[in-house]
Amino acid sequence: MNEFIAQSAYFGVSLSLLAFFIGTLIKKRFKSAIFNPLLITIIIVIAVLMCFKIDYDSYYNGAKYLSYLLTPATVSLAVPLYQQWQLLKSNALAIMLGIISGMITSLVCVLAFAIILGLDHKDYVTLLPKSITTAIGMGVSEELGGYVAITVAAIVITGILGNVIAETVLKVFKINEPIAKGIAIGSASHAMGTAKAMEIGEIEGAMSSLSIVVSGLLTVVGATVFSYIY
Amino acid sequence: MKYIMQFMIILIISFVGELLYYLVPLPIPASIYGIVILFLLLEFKVIKLEQVKDTASFLIEIMPLMFVPAAVGLMDSYDILSRNLLSYILIIVVSTIAVMAASGLITQLLIRKRGESGE
Repeated sequence: MNEFIAQSAYFGVSLSLLAFFIGTLIKKRFKSAIFNPLLITIIIVIAVLMCFKIDYDSYYNGAKYLSYLLTPATVSLAVPLYQQWQLLKSNALAIMLGIISGMITSLVCVLAFAIILGLDHKDYVTLLPKSITTAIGMGVSEELGGYVAITVAAIVITGILGNVIAETVLKVFKINEPIAKGIAIGSASHAMGTAKAMEIGEIEGAMSSLSIVVSGLLTVVGATVFSYIY
Repeated sequence: MKYIMQFMIILIISFVGELLYYLVPLPIPASIYGIVILFLLLEFKVIKLEQVKDTASFLIEIMPLMFVPAAVGLMDSYDILSRNLLSYILIIVVSTIAVMAASGLITQLLIRKRGESGE
């Protein structure tokens, strides 16, 4: 049976879709931020794989077709960005300063913890690009001599976390301007957070999309500068 | 036909993004080039919004699903993370909240300040 699943092109996709469907139902039923559809989906899929002793590669054999769509989907974020361009231009300064302060906060946080916890240089540069989109983050980590696999894991965990806690954090800090909400989510948790921003609203989604691009590019420079500090 | 056309445009832009990633020696991925290209094409009216809108909305709607494979991949990352697991988790949790709060509050403050002075 495991041999069959390892070859199956549809097992991974079907399991992911089914788990997501269940996640959405649970979210609808309970309406609490803890019941995050993405998080529920991940837990269900991992639980199923572990219960039936199916290894990740067998799952990925089919599920990779979902990842395949990620680049076209990210490209599609240009559409909401275009639709909100006027709003964006008229608030350009606030938006840019917001994104820059997010980037600096991220780098300073990692630096502070590296000093406090006594991490070595390699661990430090591994975590510097953790708030930005995976593909840029991997490149930065590699460039600075970090553990690329750990960077990827840290980026994914950051994304899931951002997606799950976004609504709560925004409420606690009384951030309720749609533009500011989008910038906050995109700066902190890249595309996985942006998926949540899209659910909240069009303006939030567009601003979060912009943050992925700007924050991603600025961090290439910012992380390089910070890599010399510690 | 409509969807074939829309998919075609988005996939060709993704391909051009890949090509740029291959040619330009910077750690900028295909998707980032792609967003910028599609945005410019829309802004300069080379492509009309209707020519990509439905497919783009569909892809964005199902986007959360696309993160599932990478996230499930964390089940294999435990070994590499375990060495410093607590430090990693602490840094990730604190900095994600801090970044969200800082960028959101500063953006909001500046928007409101401008709103007051502009009126």
